[in-house]
Amino acid sequence: METLLNDFSPGLFVMQIVILIILLLLMKKFAWKPILNSLEERETGIEDALAAAENARKEMQNLQADNAKLVKEARAERDAMMKEAREISDKLIADAKEDAKEVTSALIEKAQASIQQEKQSALAEIKKNVAELSIGIAESVIKKELSNKKDQLELVEGLLKDVTLN
Amino acid sequence: MVVIIFITTTSFALETEKKNHDQKDGGEVNTQEEVTAYIKHHLKDSHDFTFFSYTSDEGERKHVGFPLPVIFWSSEGLVTFMSSEFHHNDDGHVIVEKGGLKFAKIHSKIYELDSEAATVSFDETHHATNAHKVLDFSITKSVVGILFAGLLMFLGFSALAKQYKTRKVPKGLGRALEPLVIYVRDEIAKPNIGEKKYKKFMGFLLTVFFFIWILNLLGLTPLGFNVTGQIAVTVALALFTMVIYIFNGSKDFWAHTLWMPGVPYILRPILAVIELAGFILIKPFSLLVRLFANITAGHFVVMSLIALMVTMKEAFGPVASTGMSLALALFIMVIEILVAFLQAFIFTMLSSLFIGMAVEEHEHH
Repeated sequence: METLLNDFSPGLFVMQIVILIILLLLMKKFAWKPILNSLEERETGIEDALAAAENARKEMQNLQADNAKLVKEARAERDAMMKEAREISDKLIADAKEDAKEVTSALIEKAQASIQQEKQSALAEIKKNVAELSIGIAESVIKKELSNKKDQLELVEGLLKDVTLN
Repeated sequence: MVVIIFITTTSFALETEKKNHDQKDGGEVNTQEEVTAYIKHHLKDSHDFTFFSYTSDEGERKHVGFPLPVIFWSSEGLVTFMSSEFHHNDDGHVIVEKGGLKFAKIHSKIYELDSEAATVSFDETHHATNAHKVLDFSITKSVVGILFAGLLMFLGFSALAKQYKTRKVPKGLGRALEPLVIYVRDEIAKPNIGEKKYKKFMGFLLTVFFFIWILNLLGLTPLGFNVTGQIAVTVALALFTMVIYIFNGSKDFWAHTLWMPGVPYILRPILAVIELAGFILIKPFSLLVRLFANITAGHFVVMSLIALMVTMKEAFGPVASTGMSLALALFIMVIEILVAFLQAFIFTMLSSLFIGMAVEEHEHH
């Protein structure tokens, strides 16, 4: 203990305290503060970046899920639309067929009617023409045989009434 | 390398000894007593910076190194001169006269001689009888070591601090220093002081940790520093820790120290005395003695093992003694490198533990 006290140098003690205070102040200002601040900054930066990456990953997952949902919905919609379109086209075709049938049958009927009419009028004309022709023939025939024209006409008309031209 | 330099410095003796003692062996250290004296001399602070010494062909002791400024407060005021004026004498035989006062250096301490004395006279226990110590503020070898360690720290860590301005991850030396700073913060300060309050003490803890570690390692180099083995230095370091935790003590800390709750009233003053003694004397004392003793013992053991090659030469022959000394010294040297870190770690760890005790705030139920 006595040698320990004897070895204690008050001068060195004072020098050590003075130098250590100066060193502490210098190191604090020029080294420890900027170093510790930068370290902390970097650590919070890394933590933030990790959290941001995690968020981005989650968002990505959400987006992907949304996308899948959207695709599914779109597909369903498309299918529905296709089905509807098919139905509509089928209906259209059927309607058109029906209409066409109606129109044609009407046209046929009309044609038949007009044919009938034409036939009637043609027949009437033919009747008339035949009548005139026969009259002409008969006239020329009877001219020779009958002097009296009136008798001859009565005779022909009587004959014609019996003739049916169908 | 270390061993080689120590062999050379083992022949450290004093230039003027030749004149006084008429040494035949040129200052060689080859007896048990001389070895012990030499080691004791090394463990002390020195006023010169000597790399190594040798004896020239003319039988003259040569010291390779440089003198350091001697600055002290004498009875007549401040006195300064270079340590070379003592001519490496350390036993009070060389008297330096400055301003009518006479000074001598005895065992690394500067003495002022009484006004009528011409030479230093000693009593049987080798104490100077007609001289007294002066208040010595010299730039001694230890002060050079402190300044050197401080400079190394400042250059290294301010360079690291600068790197962060341009890059996020440092390169070069900074890459090695950064994990050490993080280690002190995360393994020493945070667990002992607590997440909330550790920041305030980081400057002190980091400074002390690297200061002690660098000086411990410098002590293992052939430069032969023994700064952390100087009791004055460890006292100063421990005092810093004490002042810091005493002045940062929380209300809870003082309440528990001075008036321990949950204890019979009669016991409280007794406990207060014990607790106060613990915090003001015992804890700083344990800090300063642990560091001082470990480093001193380390230097002592390494040097004793190196000296084995001299002291065991008679018994085992030169080859065996040298081999043994080399192997053992190398082994202890490796352990000392570990101890250098360990003591820095323990000092910082205990400092932060004591600070943690003082700043802790108890939750009241």
